[in-house]
Amino acid sequence: MMGETRTISLTVNGTLYEDEEVEVRFTLADFLRHQLGLTGTHLGCEHGVCGACTILLDGLSARSCLLLAVQADGTEITTIEGIARSEDELHPLQEAFRDNHGLQCGFCTPGMLTTLIEFLGDNPDPTEHEVRIAISGNLCRCTGYQGIVAAALDAAQRLQKEKAAGASQSTP
Amino acid sequence: MSGRVFGQRVKRLEDPALLRGRGRFIDDIKLPEMAHAAFVRSPHPHAAIKGVDVAAALALDGVHAVYALADLMPHLVTERLVVGLPSRAYRLDVNRPALAGDETCHVGEAVAIVVAENRYVAEDAVELVAVDYDPLPAISDCRAALAPGATLVHLDETHNMVAEFDISYGDAEEAFATAPHVFKESIWLHRGGSHSIECRGAVAAHDPVEDLLTLWSSTQAAHTAMRTLCAMLGRDENQVRIITPDVGGGFGPKLVFYPEDVVVSLAALLLGRPVKWIEDRREHFTASTQERDQYWEAEIAVDGEARILAVRGSMVHDHGAYTARGINLAYNSAVTVPLAYEVPSYAMLVRLAVTNKVPVTPVRGAGHPQGTFVIERLLDRVAQGLGLDPGEVRRRNLVAADRMPCEKPIKTRGDMPVILDSGDYPKCQALALERADYGGFPARKAAARAAGRYRGIGFANYVKGTGRGPFESVSIRIGPSGRILVASGAAAMGQSTHTMLAQIVAEQLGGDMENITVVTGDTRPVPMGIGGSASRQAVTAGSSAHLAAIRIRDKALKVAAHLLEASEADLEIEGDEVRVKGVPDMAVKLGEVAHAVAGTPGYALPPGIEPGMEAEENYVIDDMAFANGTQVVELEVDVETGAVNIVNFVVVHDSGTLINPMVVDGQVMGGVAHGIGNALYEWMCFDETGQPQTTTLAECLLITAAEMPPVEIVHMETPTHLNPLGVKGVGECGVVPAAPAIVAAIEDALSPFGVRISHAPVMPGDIVAMIREAGVREAASGPS
Repeated sequence: MMGETRTISLTVNGTLYEDEEVEVRFTLADFLRHQLGLTGTHLGCEHGVCGACTILLDGLSARSCLLLAVQADGTEITTIEGIARSEDELHPLQEAFRDNHGLQCGFCTPGMLTTLIEFLGDNPDPTEHEVRIAISGNLCRCTGYQGIVAAALDAAQRLQKEKAAGASQSTP
Repeated sequence: MSGRVFGQRVKRLEDPALLRGRGRFIDDIKLPEMAHAAFVRSPHPHAAIKGVDVAAALALDGVHAVYALADLMPHLVTERLVVGLPSRAYRLDVNRPALAGDETCHVGEAVAIVVAENRYVAEDAVELVAVDYDPLPAISDCRAALAPGATLVHLDETHNMVAEFDISYGDAEEAFATAPHVFKESIWLHRGGSHSIECRGAVAAHDPVEDLLTLWSSTQAAHTAMRTLCAMLGRDENQVRIITPDVGGGFGPKLVFYPEDVVVSLAALLLGRPVKWIEDRREHFTASTQERDQYWEAEIAVDGEARILAVRGSMVHDHGAYTARGINLAYNSAVTVPLAYEVPSYAMLVRLAVTNKVPVTPVRGAGHPQGTFVIERLLDRVAQGLGLDPGEVRRRNLVAADRMPCEKPIKTRGDMPVILDSGDYPKCQALALERADYGGFPARKAAARAAGRYRGIGFANYVKGTGRGPFESVSIRIGPSGRILVASGAAAMGQSTHTMLAQIVAEQLGGDMENITVVTGDTRPVPMGIGGSASRQAVTAGSSAHLAAIRIRDKALKVAAHLLEASEADLEIEGDEVRVKGVPDMAVKLGEVAHAVAGTPGYALPPGIEPGMEAEENYVIDDMAFANGTQVVELEVDVETGAVNIVNFVVVHDSGTLINPMVVDGQVMGGVAHGIGNALYEWMCFDETGQPQTTTLAECLLITAAEMPPVEIVHMETPTHLNPLGVKGVGECGVVPAAPAIVAAIEDALSPFGVRISHAPVMPGDIVAMIREAGVREAASGPS
């Protein structure tokens, strides 16, 4: 039993999903979670306030609960499953979250990570205040945010160091 | 008692999976043939149900079943969820039904379940279920509910007072009659919901091969859920298994067994296929328990030196529509009032009223924040009335360190004595005031005033019972693989329970946390368990884990001594092996040790050795370990907009021995955030008929990173003698004193206006209105 459907193609975490048949009323979040099995993206409110479902859509943060799956046709999406560098290596932001107790239950974490990846790309050396504003659209009920803010600032340092190291390496 | 991992800021075991999106939360569970449920819920605060017509819903393509209460009754031993904690104080028996039958008593109460191919279709079908409601008068104010002739919340009852009790000792009347100073306050406290970012959920499946019903539930109390389900479905304990997956925050409401848990289970049994139900946020606002309103009339009598002579008063507690837990919240509140201070006489009359609103059960803090608010406000009134410093008034009245252990003349709700076990409350307060530069505050206040800003400081002390007994089960097992399995009845919902247990066990068994698997919230590996509430698990499960690990260690050394032909005293466990100290080559793997006692047919075990590397502990602790602390808040109030800006927040906290300071900091910080929300933002609004008005997170505001101030946390570590680790609980502690500290600071900031505040939350509109009102009063009384 299916309602009206469309066929979409999109890239998620580097994998191309071609000609996926999806019900037109499915949200992008439900499509990612239940059709593609990428359950790392979480739903906390389904009305765009809590931010747990935030993903990167063509590099920009977006609420996957407020998008329909069909709107993602032809886009490139990154979810929490696509952030780590490899099976053995976490992204520096993920490492910083672990070192700074930036997560407790982990339910808001997918939205925090995606939001901060976009933010640190735009603002590689943020102030604490700027970090707080950046994640003010993501609710966390466990941490009181202090660990998350510390993790974001720590990650900014790590990423800058990495960049500097990369630049010096590429210098002949 | 810092060790190699115990007491250390070690990284959490939980993080790697969660950071990669590989957690397994309730909605991540996908079973073959799984169907999806949605509930038909009452839109009325109170109504008679004349009929439920499911024909149109059933006719919809993709709908498998629609069940109302009458359809489930033949399969239920009892239609009511009998879950209330015992008490002699009950005056009404109002347990929740599995589904509303001929009457619904609050908006959001489940009336029928729809099971369909997916959730979208299930929700379509919910719209097609025609319930014939006959709306009835409803009541939402718990005080009005107790008035003579009040509208009845339940048609079958004759009144609305669900319970009544008093907590008293000494002769308060006499003390008040002769006291030189008496101060009185009317206090109203409101709390929002829990709002874990993950809502509730249930996935049920029946395996006909084993005749086993498995319920995956985002619960804080798996074993209680198992027993309730057995009782309602007439199944034995071997035919029901509860598994708790990763839980995305609990904060209280997930402690309770819910109608959805039994109805989803029954639907899976009746349909012969797995059924999943995931609560959405609107349902969380109307069908998950909340904790909120209490109205107090409280008086304090002091002598000329501001020493407390007596406290008395009355309190009305909003119980919601049904009993989903008990009288514990109101009880905790009333017991908390005289806890931290020397209060020679006390008399508090407590009444619990049913209302046509969501049932009330613990939310982080469980009644303690309200009781703390009351005594702290009263002490501020004493200070204001006598022209004394609030710190000095408290210092004179706090229970002193040399009084420990201090038995208070009150009982716990389980009728056990309340004995403050340890701590130095006056020192804690002094340290907090010092760290907040309390002495330098007048200069900062004056500087702010000179710049046209209103700055205030406030603080509050608290004492909270933690580690509520009687026990928590822990079983440790090592098999031939050498991996250490730790299973516990404890519940993990974000508080690092797996890391905590692994640290305690690893300390005794090789120090390698990576060699440990922790299983919580699963009723199969451990037969008993109580679960996550009352800041209890580090104390109860932690103690059991410690003792079980010591037993395993002793046995491992004994067996290894036999295998290595060495003396036990010369052996140590390092990583995954037992070795001779100083001779790393002389070693045997833990797996080999386990294999040696696993038994080989026809061959004897090593002499004097019992079979198996296994130990189970249910360490019994009846007395609670009392944590304490002080929070100091400095803030500025924008008198035009009513906005509050917290500029400094200091917490000094004593939860005994720290197992992992990083985790404890996180628990305190989360509690503080919740407390700031309670003080300034969270507003669960019902109209006078019980119709909820805030049912989205855009209407009911949770604190965000932008409002959350940096918080300085300082630990005092006074070990308790009540458990072998010296630990006290911490999960709820941060929330307890936050609201009274913040309200005191706002009042202080607004002292030029003479504003008095005796409620929470204090929202910008309230502040502007109070300033305006004070201004009107000032104008009316003429220029001074």
